[in-house]
Amino acid sequence: MALPNKAKGELPATLEPEVEEREVDILLVGGGMVCCGAAFEIKKWAPDAKILLIDKAAMERSGAVAQGLSAINTYLGDQKPEDYVRMVRNDLMGIVREDLIFDVGRHVDDSVHLFEEWGLPIWRMTEDGHRVDGADESVPRLRDGGKPARSGKWQVMINGESYKPIVAEAAKKAIGMDNILERVFIVKLLLDANEPNRIAGVVGFSTRENKIYVIKCKTMLVACGGAVNVFRPRSVGEGMGRAWYPVWNAGSTYAMCMQAGAEMTMMENRFVPARFKDGYGPVGAWFLLFKAKATNALGEDYMVRNKEMLKQYEPYGSSPVAPTCLRNHLMLHEIKEGRGPIYMDTVTALQDMFEGKSKKEIKHIETEAWEDFLDMTIGQAGLWAGMNIAPEKTPSELMPTEPYLLGSHSGCCGIWVSGPEDIAPDEWNWGYNRMTTVNGLFTAGDGVGASGHKFSSGSHAEGRITAKAMAKFLRDNKDFTPTLSVSTQELVDEIYAPVNLFHEHKDKSTDVTVNPNYITAKALMQRMVKITDEYGAGCSTNYITSEKMLERAMELLDMLKEDSKKMAAGDLHDLMRCWENYHRIWTVESHLRHILFRKESRYPGFYYRSDYNLVDEENWKCFVNSKYDPATGKWDVFKKEYKQLIS
Amino acid sequence: MPSFVIAEKCDGCKGQDKTACQYICPNDLMTLEKDAMKAYNQETDACWECYNCVKICPQQAIEVRAYSDFVPLGGSIIPLRGTDSIMWTVTFRDGTIKRFKVPIRTTPEGSTDARNEARGQDLDSQLLFTEEAAGKILPVI
Repeated sequence: MALPNKAKGELPATLEPEVEEREVDILLVGGGMVCCGAAFEIKKWAPDAKILLIDKAAMERSGAVAQGLSAINTYLGDQKPEDYVRMVRNDLMGIVREDLIFDVGRHVDDSVHLFEEWGLPIWRMTEDGHRVDGADESVPRLRDGGKPARSGKWQVMINGESYKPIVAEAAKKAIGMDNILERVFIVKLLLDANEPNRIAGVVGFSTRENKIYVIKCKTMLVACGGAVNVFRPRSVGEGMGRAWYPVWNAGSTYAMCMQAGAEMTMMENRFVPARFKDGYGPVGAWFLLFKAKATNALGEDYMVRNKEMLKQYEPYGSSPVAPTCLRNHLMLHEIKEGRGPIYMDTVTALQDMFEGKSKKEIKHIETEAWEDFLDMTIGQAGLWAGMNIAPEKTPSELMPTEPYLLGSHSGCCGIWVSGPEDIAPDEWNWGYNRMTTVNGLFTAGDGVGASGHKFSSGSHAEGRITAKAMAKFLRDNKDFTPTLSVSTQELVDEIYAPVNLFHEHKDKSTDVTVNPNYITAKALMQRMVKITDEYGAGCSTNYITSEKMLERAMELLDMLKEDSKKMAAGDLHDLMRCWENYHRIWTVESHLRHILFRKESRYPGFYYRSDYNLVDEENWKCFVNSKYDPATGKWDVFKKEYKQLIS
Repeated sequence: MPSFVIAEKCDGCKGQDKTACQYICPNDLMTLEKDAMKAYNQETDACWECYNCVKICPQQAIEVRAYSDFVPLGGSIIPLRGTDSIMWTVTFRDGTIKRFKVPIRTTPEGSTDARNEARGQDLDSQLLFTEEAAGKILPVI
């Protein structure tokens, strides 16, 4: 029997939800790598504190590592934190928080050693230079001095299908199952009624029952990932699900914190990954491990063909490893000149590696190539299967994707935070590492701006760093009692507004999705991503925008924001989608405001200002920060001085 | 690419305290149709193809039919997940079959040591509790 594949409202949203109120000391909002790190660390520093972790999904597989990963992209080993800073700084075109990056660099290996101890299989090298997979017992573990099998200088290969369950297992044991709420979506932060600029709690709702949670706390960590489906994707229909970053990241970290008045940084930066087309499989292992080349349709290495183009972007263009955005920039040139499709020459790479090898060794290499996808983007393997692509026989297409917003990967948008007290200059240190400009409000991972290239391991380490800082904050603020300035009923009405609207109007049309009195979450999202795509440097303009285009985007966004108050939801799943959209809208507004303010094209290949199509080191080698004032509803966007800490 | 539930294999997780696929889906897609007592993917254009529902189903009742708007029909990827390794069966559209077995975990499930007895000493240093216990000296700029 066939069931419909549209929600029939299996978990209907009703008009009078239950309300559960709680009060804790430390709240962890999110259940991904950051909060798993925080959960592991926190009780070692605040053993008597009341702690609660809240995940929108189930910790076992929530967040960006849901499928697994085939590599850990930040493991220093013999490398130095100063060099790690130099690498990140160069990749992000010179403007980064060097204190925060150095801090991640000096701690991250500790987390990786724990992952290995907990059971994550990590590839290693034998004495005579052969790779062995993570289960191999003959080579010592990394923590015992074994040499990791690196793809690049900073990356190690792993058998990472179970990466998240392993890390979540330790986190759950550390924090205790009684202190975890799953399937609860926190959607808004609440400021204290008595102390200005001070966090006091959160409000959210269950996606399994009609229940609203109002939770007061003394301090909180908000780490809910980045933002996806904020630009119209290249794929249509079912393919919209095949985003590069997880579809369920809705910009909640940014939206909730900026609404509370947290200062944001580098929200103009976005990441446009160039990946295997449509399936979005990773390219790291192909470039670094298998030494594959990307070519245009004529078989030319476009990084060689177009190397003069890099000269426009000194000093970044002449660095030994060209910044990610500039590699895109050169690829885009090929596409725009009609020399696509772009290919990853997997055939030459594998045939070269197969040369002189035994059948068993060849099978092992083939397994590594497929595992690279099966460990983290199974959909790409599915594409190969459907296209009859065996990589040693047929090359695959590459394509730059739609834009994504995140702070832990090759993008660096996010929230402005205090740095480590032993490293950060005074301007970047207000007492508690990774605290935002709102007292008691902390973030980590994708949430921390101006410090990309942390990836999964760095995010876990950053979660641990932040947990300790929160314990310190708690110690120093023992007498604070959070008080909310809004009543419970006001919160209930606000959270369930889409439900109330649905019930008020649903019977006026014979089709619940087409009703002039409201708009479904799906429809509103489609409208939003069309606006950002057409005016905000999306794929359809080849990532180009201008002041005039951005102003038009803001006009359309204003009407979208008005209509967003008319989103309606008849079931809990759709209510979640409505609130995700609120978060997306705030995130894109911030993104567009920042792009408008920065009068240059700092990240060619990620976006271009046609009216300022250059990198302007003289006037714009600085952070662009912003603040929304919740009291007045006004935005302020401004420059913030960049300081070089490392030569 | 959406996951789909094979009607005759799904029993709605009868006898379990929760529907496994509904428990695990990171995007809240798998849901139970209570009258039929069968699961289905309620928002197929939001499916990341993470395969967590496929892997967790105790009846192996869930498979994936790759995204219809860019993948030709006929291929399939079937996981068989054990406690320390996973076996993937890849079937091409032209019928070619490949199998790959890779490790997933080097320790027994449930065995992670969360160091619950450990206590950090100096809240004002920058050391994580493991680093403090090991006497690590942190590099500074």
